[in-house]
Amino acid sequence: MWLTSKIKQLLMVMKPGVVTLDYPNERPPVPANLRGQPVFDHQKCIGCGGCSDHCPSRCILVRDVCQELRVMLYDGSRCTYCGRCADICPEQAITMSNSFEIACDDKDDITTRMELFMMSCQRCGRCYEMEKTNAIDRINLKGFRYDNLEQRALIRKTSETFSTELLKESDNYQRPSKK
Amino acid sequence: MLKNLCKRMFKKSIWVYHCNTGACNGCDIEILNILTPFYDVERFGIKLVASPRHADAMLISGAVTRPTLPLVKRAYEAIPNPKLVFAIGSCATGGGAWFDTYNVTGGVDKVLGVNYYIPGCPPRPEAILYGVALALGLVDKQAAPVELKQMEFPIDMYERNEAWEKRNVIYELLK
Ligand code: SF4
Ligand code: SF4
Ligand code: SF4
Repeated sequence: MWLTSKIKQLLMVMKPGVVTLDYPNERPPVPANLRGQPVFDHQKCIGCGGCSDHCPSRCILVRDVCQELRVMLYDGSRCTYCGRCADICPEQAITMSNSFEIACDDKDDITTRMELFMMSCQRCGRCYEMEKTNAIDRINLKGFRYDNLEQRALIRKTSETFSTELLKESDNYQRPSKK
Repeated sequence: MLKNLCKRMFKKSIWVYHCNTGACNGCDIEILNILTPFYDVERFGIKLVASPRHADAMLISGAVTRPTLPLVKRAYEAIPNPKLVFAIGSCATGGGAWFDTYNVTGGVDKVLGVNYYIPGCPPRPEAILYGVALALGLVDKQAAPVELKQMEFPIDMYERNEAWEKRNVIYELLK
């Protein structure tokens, strides 16, 4: 009786074979909808602080170093990978990557530090307000693009180097309307 | 230094003691998950033990709450030296979403010295295995601090002034 049951067990486990995943050597593909560590795109971010406001674990800190420099610090040790910051970001500057192998022996290894260039008036510290439109027109605008220079002739875009093409492109820029 | 010590001391096997210090059970389920035949952490020689006195390492899940604080300390002291502490989950690494609430100490590192952090809420079983493999020196660390810098406007100061003067017709009108 004892032996037959053992043989039966053996046959049972022989059918599926080895099921164990040889993990660090063999990586299974990650699920498509996995939310891993959020990744920031500093070229797109406008420093509105929306992600910081909506983060349930308050792990995105916004610090204004001086009038023109905003430092955002993402502290990955508290992040719960909920994806709210990516949902809320008006510029889609945050994407939930699928990196999860972020074990470390130092908490600083899972932080992101972003230095953003902010445009504000040197005298009053407010954003530029140079449009001559009325309040109803402004509703059409994408709020954060509102603070543009020189009668909205220049679009605020960042590039690695100064490019004359970008300047030319912005010469005849008309703000998008819904008509 | 720590890695060498790990390699030398825990070459054959690590016996781990799993300690829940106020986790929501998510992390605990994932820790149990790595003991299943599919992930099978025992092929690294890791065995779950019931008493801290038998253990080499401590897996802590959950932000350390006020009632469990003295118990965690006592369990930690009961582990013979040398010992490793793994903080598993966002709650254990930094306190998670409740890092500053009244009943929470806010992360294991506020209480004990943590050797390895495994963030995630809950971390995937692979992520926990990765942390364990990192401690055993089987894989390299993938995380590194990221620094991003936005450059200033594309408009060079000189050309900006020029463009402004060209377009600024109001001075022309006032002349
Ligand atoms: S994923 Fe959630 S917890 Fe992490 S930074 Fe974004 S909002 Fe905060
Ligand atoms: S919500 Fe998006 S645009 Fe706003 S500060 Fe966060 S990352 Fe930047
Ligand atoms: S990290 Fe997430 S899953 Fe783990 S104990 Fe905390 S809330 Fe629960």
